[in-house]
Amino acid sequence: MAKIVFTRPKSMKDVVTHYCPGCHHGIIHRLVGEALDELELAPKTIGVAPVGCSVFIYDYIDTDFIQASHGRAPAVATGVKRALPDKFVFTYQGDGDLAAIGTAEIIHAAARGENITVIFVNNAIYGMTGGQSAPTTLVGQSSTTTPKGRTSQNDGFPIQVCEMLNTLQGPSMISRVAVHTPAQVIRAKKAIRRAFQCQVEGRGFSFVEVLSACPTNWGMTPLDAGKWLENEMIPYYPVKDFRIPEGVQ
Amino acid sequence: MARAIFQEDRCKGCGLCTAACPTGIVVLDASRLNSKGFQPAIVTDKEKCNGCALCARMCPDLVIQVER
Ligand SMILES: Cc1ncc(C[n+]2csc(CCOP(=O)(O)OP(=O)(O)O)c2C)c(N)n1
Ligand code: SF4
Ligand SMILES: [Mg+2]
Repeated sequence: MAKIVFTRPKSMKDVVTHYCPGCHHGIIHRLVGEALDELELAPKTIGVAPVGCSVFIYDYIDTDFIQASHGRAPAVATGVKRALPDKFVFTYQGDGDLAAIGTAEIIHAAARGENITVIFVNNAIYGMTGGQSAPTTLVGQSSTTTPKGRTSQNDGFPIQVCEMLNTLQGPSMISRVAVHTPAQVIRAKKAIRRAFQCQVEGRGFSFVEVLSACPTNWGMTPLDAGKWLENEMIPYYPVKDFRIPEGVQ
Repeated sequence: MARAIFQEDRCKGCGLCTAACPTGIVVLDASRLNSKGFQPAIVTDKEKCNGCALCARMCPDLVIQVER
């Protein structure tokens, strides 16, 4: 009898997502679902959804959820985790959400070493609102608000969130991963699982940045978007483990 | 025998699976549209599927189940 070697994670609902064709949010959701399944966390999970394309994550992952105001997910997660320390609490946030309007919340949650996990989806753009430039938009990258390309003179420099958080003592784990090739997907899965494990073991704030394609607002086919991510994003946002606690699985 | 089963009506035709398949047997079917209006991904030569599930790992829409 044939054995099923790959299928939908149990913690994900059997529904169609609203995401555009080739959007990496769908892959990242699945990795979250797989990690929740493997660590048997779903029944005690409270997710915190952002504002952005992934706001509807609560319709796709079958756990409890709260939807936070724009950028405030780490503050909401802090309150939930402190009130209910036995729950597993994660946020899922875009780069507009986390690195623009939510800059204060993420930095201070990290500095406090809150025992929460943050999945940070960096697609270098405001996806949901139609492709405006984000703090993570690359120099030279065009967007609706930088139609001739971002310039450092006019728009400043893109923020490297992992590098910035890595100056703080609070975080237990900081990694940046990508999901544009199968090998990167497998690596990203390990990082997300490890970040969840950090929280389970009470090690404090764990953070995974996932470089993610937004083919629609980048104006590319999904396959070209993967190449752009590889050639343009990764040189500025290197995929690596910045901090891993000793002994974590 | 390994097989990748595509839930075709869920496919958005993004093509990420086509680049992931090491044996090159996953393609978008340019001859028709699925119920969502996309050219769906299909397996051309089912005999050659080795069940590696790399196509499924790249699919953002959980279209693919793999059996081995
Ligand atoms: C207080 C507030 N300000 C602005 C907005 C408009 N807004 C909605 S989503 C968004 C940015 C989303 O970008 P990102 O977080 O990168 O998520 P993506 O859609 O790219 O995944 C903005 C500015 C809002 N909803 N609420
Ligand atoms: S706009 Fe971009 S981030 Fe939003 S669903 Fe479409 S591809 Fe994904
Ligand atoms: Mg974004």
